[in-house]
Amino acid sequence: MLKDLVNPTNFNLLVGKLGDVLTKALDQPLGYAINWGRIWSLWPVHLETACCSVEFGAASGPRYDVERFGIIEAFGSLRQCDLVVVQGTVTRKMAPRLRMVYDQMPDPKYVIAMGACAITGGLYIDSYNVLPGVDGIIPVDVYVPGCPPRPETLIQGCMLLQEKIKRSKIR
Amino acid sequence: MSSDQSKPQTAPEQKKSNIDSTQSSISKKTESITPEFEGSLTNQLVTRFGDKIVKVIYVRPGRTKILVPPNEIVQVASFIRDSLGFDHAESVSGTDYPNDNQIEVIYHLSSYSDEKLSSQILALSTRVDRNQSTIPTLIDIFKSAEYHERETFEMLGVYFEGHPRNERFLLPEDWADIPPLRKEFRIKGR
Amino acid sequence: MENEQKFEETIKMGLDIVKETEEDRLMTLSVGPQHPGSGHFRFTIKVDGDYIVFCDPDPGYVHRGEEKMCEYRNFIQNIPHLERPVIHDSTNITYSYSLAVEELTNIQVPLRGQYIRALASELNRQVYTLYWLGIYGIFLGHSTMFMWPVGDRELFIDLLEALTGARVTHAFNIPGGVRNDMPEGFKDRCLRQVAYFEKRLAEYEDIFYNNPLFRQRTEGVGILKKEDAIKLGVTGSVLRASGVPFDVRKAEPYDVYSEIDFKIQYMKSCDSFARSTVPFLDMKESCHIIRELLDKMPQSGEVRAKLQPNPKGPAGESYKRVESGRGSLGYYIVSDGTPKPYRVKISVGSFRNMLALPFLLTGSKLADMPSIYWSLNYWPVEADR
Repeated sequence: MLKDLVNPTNFNLLVGKLGDVLTKALDQPLGYAINWGRIWSLWPVHLETACCSVEFGAASGPRYDVERFGIIEAFGSLRQCDLVVVQGTVTRKMAPRLRMVYDQMPDPKYVIAMGACAITGGLYIDSYNVLPGVDGIIPVDVYVPGCPPRPETLIQGCMLLQEKIKRSKIR
Repeated sequence: MSSDQSKPQTAPEQKKSNIDSTQSSISKKTESITPEFEGSLTNQLVTRFGDKIVKVIYVRPGRTKILVPPNEIVQVASFIRDSLGFDHAESVSGTDYPNDNQIEVIYHLSSYSDEKLSSQILALSTRVDRNQSTIPTLIDIFKSAEYHERETFEMLGVYFEGHPRNERFLLPEDWADIPPLRKEFRIKGR
Repeated sequence: MENEQKFEETIKMGLDIVKETEEDRLMTLSVGPQHPGSGHFRFTIKVDGDYIVFCDPDPGYVHRGEEKMCEYRNFIQNIPHLERPVIHDSTNITYSYSLAVEELTNIQVPLRGQYIRALASELNRQVYTLYWLGIYGIFLGHSTMFMWPVGDRELFIDLLEALTGARVTHAFNIPGGVRNDMPEGFKDRCLRQVAYFEKRLAEYEDIFYNNPLFRQRTEGVGILKKEDAIKLGVTGSVLRASGVPFDVRKAEPYDVYSEIDFKIQYMKSCDSFARSTVPFLDMKESCHIIRELLDKMPQSGEVRAKLQPNPKGPAGESYKRVESGRGSLGYYIVSDGTPKPYRVKISVGSFRNMLALPFLLTGSKLADMPSIYWSLNYWPVEADR
């Protein structure tokens, strides 16, 4: 009976319809699974930009343990990381290097701008060597305010990033 | 909250109870009494080089300052290191005085090896012309001044003859403006 | 016979063509700002096999122009941005500034204010050294030595938060004293914390300083002899680890340090192990200093001198220095009679210790680089100001 159904005329049609049904059925769970994997293993690049790096270091400590969210500072190559936390002031000398680091990371990648200096230049807005905010050179996903932000604020920023990733579509 | 307030302490230099007792007790109440030990340091310099070369600006408890012309600075520095016993430079900096058309380069010298001198800072200063500012380097005498001199070059434009690297240090590589610590360099918006 | 000769000649010709020049042997590495072992600092090294032959530091990645910005703000407005270079040791870098401004403007600080200032300075010294120790551990791969100090540091930060109101950027020292008094019950809390911390220091010694791997990696590495240390003008724990007993708190006592009895901790072995042990011994000594300060503090009194809105003094200059976690931190301030300073020069311990880095790295192995570099107690943000 199957032989009568599947004949050369409607074979292509059948395969096409089967493909549609499969994509519709698997798209949402597959997307959910991929996003779940990305959320719980955000690895930041070890790039300390300025003084907020001390609070980032404290956030990796035992009291504000940020490793339970999967955020382990990858002390290895930056080709395996998917998060850049711009910690503090970005100076004119550091800006091309930051852009180079961002370009070398593979997709998908996210950026958190931490501290007032990374958002708008902060306390150093009138200095001659400071960029007024980092979103002129790299696209920022989450802004975390503070000078320096408390480690709890940084963790809340990471959780907002996780919400954002959950809502994104998989290409 | 008690009504009698604790007596405010006088200036910190008075407390020298655990330093070598040969250092005289210093009084800051009257400025006309110059401290003995610091005075002896400047007297040695003036007797060796004369009044025309070494000009004493101030003598305070723990701090003395002299002014020398730029071409004599190497001799005076060697004398300070060999005979007086100062062995390193705490900092080297420059100040821009556009009203006098001069830049003042000042070396703060101190000593680690000599007990009596370890609390003294001798400020050796010189003034150069703003438009043609070259002064011989002191890194053969005080090696600790090397990076400080390089920073003074890039921040103020003072060229140190004999320094191996009069180059950019802290500023970005593509800095194309005038040296930032000069007074005509205005910060944006002010 | 002829064939053999020809064979030998051909071999010789081939070897001539591929003979290495001196330059070909060296490989240039850039230990750059994005590196797990360097922080916000870059140095270029040339490596011949396993040995470093040339090193050139390249600071300036966090140069924010502090000295220029000081000229556009008055004496009190300068405090918040001057404490950012060493954000976790902020009390000491503003302590020196306050001393220099007080000399220029002739302000007298009340006695209780001086004691609280010294107490905050000692607590901050512990906080800084614990973070330094944590990063040292993780540079050498000892991640327990990152977790323990950073965790214990949080307890000291709690104390400072109770005293000043902020975790790291306190803005507590101002010219004239401190901003507010100690809260109630602070003294007992402090003493309890110091007693607990002394027990923990014994544990650190066990797990880190007596660890045979750590000893192998740091003993005999990076020897800086006493004459070289004095000639290069290094300061702080690097100087004390080379056998020179110099501490600004003893050589030139400021505030109430002339009343406090403590010993200068120094070691004579001049290697990387000595440079990593001297801050640890300083922390132990600091515990005694904290107890003594709490003992001798006057029970009540003003903590801040009354100031006019825009303090200013006669034209003049002053140079004051303070012992911070990295070494002697000096301020040279020139004032011209207006409320804003004319020139502020900050002489930091990190900038002076940077001179020892090319001196020590040339001739050493590449694997010793982290232990030499971080033992010089170098904080890049402060050196760049």
